[in-house]
Amino acid sequence: MYEIDKFLPLMIPLTALLAVPLIYFFRNQRDIRDGVSVLAPGTMFALAFLVFKNFYQNKEPLFIHILDITPTVSLQFRVDGASILFSLIASFLWIITTIYSRGYLGGLREKKQTSFYAYFALTLFATQSLAYSGNLITTFIFYELITLFTYPLVTHKGSDEAIKAGRKYFAYLIGTSLIFFLTAIVLTLSLKGEMSYKETGIFDGSESVEMLLLIFLFFLFGVAKAAIMPVHAWLPAAMVAPTPVSALLHAVAVVKAGVFVLYRVFNFVFTPDIIAGFNGHFIALTFSAITIVVASMIALRQDNLKRRLAYSTISQLSYIIFGFSLLNSHALTGSLYHLIMHAFGKITLFFCAGSIYVTTHISEISKLDGIGKKLPITMFCFAIGSLSMIGMPLFGGFVSKYYLLKGIAYSDYQLLFAIFGISTLLNAAYFLPIVYAAFFKPPKEEIHLEAKESQRSMEFALSITALGTIVLFFVHGFFYPLIGV
Amino acid sequence: MIVYIILIPLVTAIIIPLFGFINKKLPFYVTLLSAFTNFILVIRTAKKIFSYGTERYFFGGFEAPFGIEYVVDGLNSIILIIISFMFFIITVYSKRSLEKEIENRRLPLFYALYTLFYTGILGIVITGDIFNLYVFIEIASLSSYTLIAMGQKRNALMASYNYLILGTIGATFILIGIGYLFMATGSLNMADIKLRIVPLYHSKMVRTAFAFLTLGLMLKLALFPLHVWLPNAYSYAPSAMGALLAATGTKVSAYALIRILYSVFTIEFDMKIIPFNQIFLLISLVAILAGSTLALAQTNLKKMLAYSSIGQIGYITLGISLSNATSLQGSVLHIFNHSLMKGGLFLIAGGIFYKLNIENIYDMKGISKRMPYSMAFFVILTLSMIGMPFTVGFLSKWYLILGAIEVGRYFVIPIIVISSLLSLIYLWRLVEISFNSDVDKKEISEMPVSMMVPVIIISLLTVFLGVFSDIPISLSREAVKIILGS
Repeated sequence: MYEIDKFLPLMIPLTALLAVPLIYFFRNQRDIRDGVSVLAPGTMFALAFLVFKNFYQNKEPLFIHILDITPTVSLQFRVDGASILFSLIASFLWIITTIYSRGYLGGLREKKQTSFYAYFALTLFATQSLAYSGNLITTFIFYELITLFTYPLVTHKGSDEAIKAGRKYFAYLIGTSLIFFLTAIVLTLSLKGEMSYKETGIFDGSESVEMLLLIFLFFLFGVAKAAIMPVHAWLPAAMVAPTPVSALLHAVAVVKAGVFVLYRVFNFVFTPDIIAGFNGHFIALTFSAITIVVASMIALRQDNLKRRLAYSTISQLSYIIFGFSLLNSHALTGSLYHLIMHAFGKITLFFCAGSIYVTTHISEISKLDGIGKKLPITMFCFAIGSLSMIGMPLFGGFVSKYYLLKGIAYSDYQLLFAIFGISTLLNAAYFLPIVYAAFFKPPKEEIHLEAKESQRSMEFALSITALGTIVLFFVHGFFYPLIGV
Repeated sequence: MIVYIILIPLVTAIIIPLFGFINKKLPFYVTLLSAFTNFILVIRTAKKIFSYGTERYFFGGFEAPFGIEYVVDGLNSIILIIISFMFFIITVYSKRSLEKEIENRRLPLFYALYTLFYTGILGIVITGDIFNLYVFIEIASLSSYTLIAMGQKRNALMASYNYLILGTIGATFILIGIGYLFMATGSLNMADIKLRIVPLYHSKMVRTAFAFLTLGLMLKLALFPLHVWLPNAYSYAPSAMGALLAATGTKVSAYALIRILYSVFTIEFDMKIIPFNQIFLLISLVAILAGSTLALAQTNLKKMLAYSSIGQIGYITLGISLSNATSLQGSVLHIFNHSLMKGGLFLIAGGIFYKLNIENIYDMKGISKRMPYSMAFFVILTLSMIGMPFTVGFLSKWYLILGAIEVGRYFVIPIIVISSLLSLIYLWRLVEISFNSDVDKKEISEMPVSMMVPVIIISLLTVFLGVFSDIPISLSREAVKIILGS
């Protein structure tokens, strides 16, 4: 039993890796290939659930040592609440995204579908491995692999614009991680001689304040996947990718991987007490608060629907970083909840954007007037997603905002309530007009629907995630043992 | 008997022209056989060294310090392994590649000189006698001048001539240095000189010898700014020869430099009596940045790889100049890794030329559709060049960074990081151009199997040794033990 316990978490990323040759092998039988793409995340989800069950019984984090690369650098996995949480969500949403992609790619008659699915599986392999990483260097390796595997997805179209965007994507993510992230890891290792995550933190507070602050900042800005300003520009650029990629990777897997690394840094490399010791949280609070407000303001001015969603993601990611830097357990709970709630809400919105694009070829918000009559299910789910993003009760987004607000109340910075107030207003200001225009304004010009047959699988997928945001509001207690603060 | 490591290729080089009289195709098979035998011999010798310690051979039975001595110890066995491995694998590759680049009638000549070059570099590594070192340097150099001149283009002649002039200056400097050392100590055996030289550290003659030796070797090493001969030599030589030069030529000079600095002179001399290490550190850092920057400006694939080599040589000398156990391990690892990676990259460049006749990077639009496997391996080797964990390239950079931190030289870290970014840019450029384009789907036309297999083996090795890194790390640890004499 014990042996299986150790083996089980490793099976999850391996399943994704195994799916790659299968997808390639069945490249000419489209149905089998798509079947593999659904079966693999299904297996992973089941496995993650088993891991969750074991964890629920023991409540002890599990360490798995794979191999040593050098005497100080080793490949190590750690299974604890947060990693299971991340793994569950990523694998569940992958199932839905595959169903959605079938409709999307079919509707647009995209080329290179097989390589699309293959790189998708590879990305999920890296994401799952990152979720279970047990030390800084393992995290770094899979962090870089995610960038590498998503690059072909971002440049999928192969047009000049896509290549340019891909270059920006690559430069930002690889550049910051090599310059800052890796340096921070090397400095940590040279100071403390180890880099495994520990509840008590790698640093013990005996180091010089300047050095700690430097390393902390290197981590904060080196993990550009968390898209804190000013290292956020890659995310809007990545929107040239096909919508399923934007949905799963740039609203869930990739950006959440960045936030997840920061979660490890805030709580397992440093500890809240040590961060408070050198006032690192103050800088993180400032930058994340600025990002929350500024990104929302930029989102307000975007006419391209996907770009608006991208800036909204930047803003929402900073909620999570904001919660980490409040340094209390309520805010941390709120942050981890936001990781789930934002994933479901944003993936719904992206699915809707893609569905609109496939059926009507519209990507600008100003042309969406009256589209609600043509695409009632899509726009209804869009409304649900928006309400969840704004944080209305009865929707998942409320849970995380509630805990985050509680976190502010328990911190020394009650003034920050204002940031939340402003941001919520801004969220409402950039989402609700779309919903209003879709349902209540008369259409400016006649809208033609195409690709009806692919609409069904897309609407099925986006209804499930929209339903998810509502269900999560009622069953959020289910995740409490995983978040367990 | 370690002397066979030299004798086999030497004898092969001599008899190859005879086989050439019988059939123009025979020399290849003879070379292949001898390369394979030699590789096995080196592996067996290395195994023996690691269990029983250093092995010596006295030429003609005259014992050192009077006779010529051959030594295989922990340090040079790792170099011998990589050289003989790369030679064997490039020989496999050379058959089809040369069919395109060299006329049939000159094949025996090529293989004879090619094996002679191999003899020379093996000799540099294996010898324990400093004058013998010079002789082997000349053997390797002279044969390489001829081999470079065999390149298809007329520029090859110019490249060869340039290298001839600069290489001769370098070799002459080395010879002058050896002469001064002999005058001062009366000995030519490395181990013997090391003992006799200690009381003479303040003698002007010894210092002059040191200056000539290091300068001569830096020229052979193509350390920036003495690198001008290298890019043309690498890129105009026949593909197989270019790959062999890139994989072994400068690496052997780096090894010779380590030998001179640590086994003829001592660390006290390098660091305390003259501030050589500080100057050397500075030159290395400049070389790292200059090489990467110059590579960025190239449009010819092979030239870009050659300039990248100049930057990578900076890494090797960086570890030497930091002179602590960790950084030296990084240097030895980098000799090993870079030989593997750059050899592989040159082989791919040669393959692209073989199949599509393209050398300019900007003409390579959409070639990943025609040569998907080659480009996939190119990406793997690129990642290794950048220093991605799980590839061998990571190991050496990691040890170099740790070594720099150990002696408190933190400013080395940003330079290594910047150079990694630069190499990412210049290598990724090709990946981007070849993978993304609107070119319509074309027929796949990969290189022939005998050229593909070496590339596959090298790429898999860079990953395999990067994951199961026990082998290179324990080998390089043995090497450092020898360097630091503990």
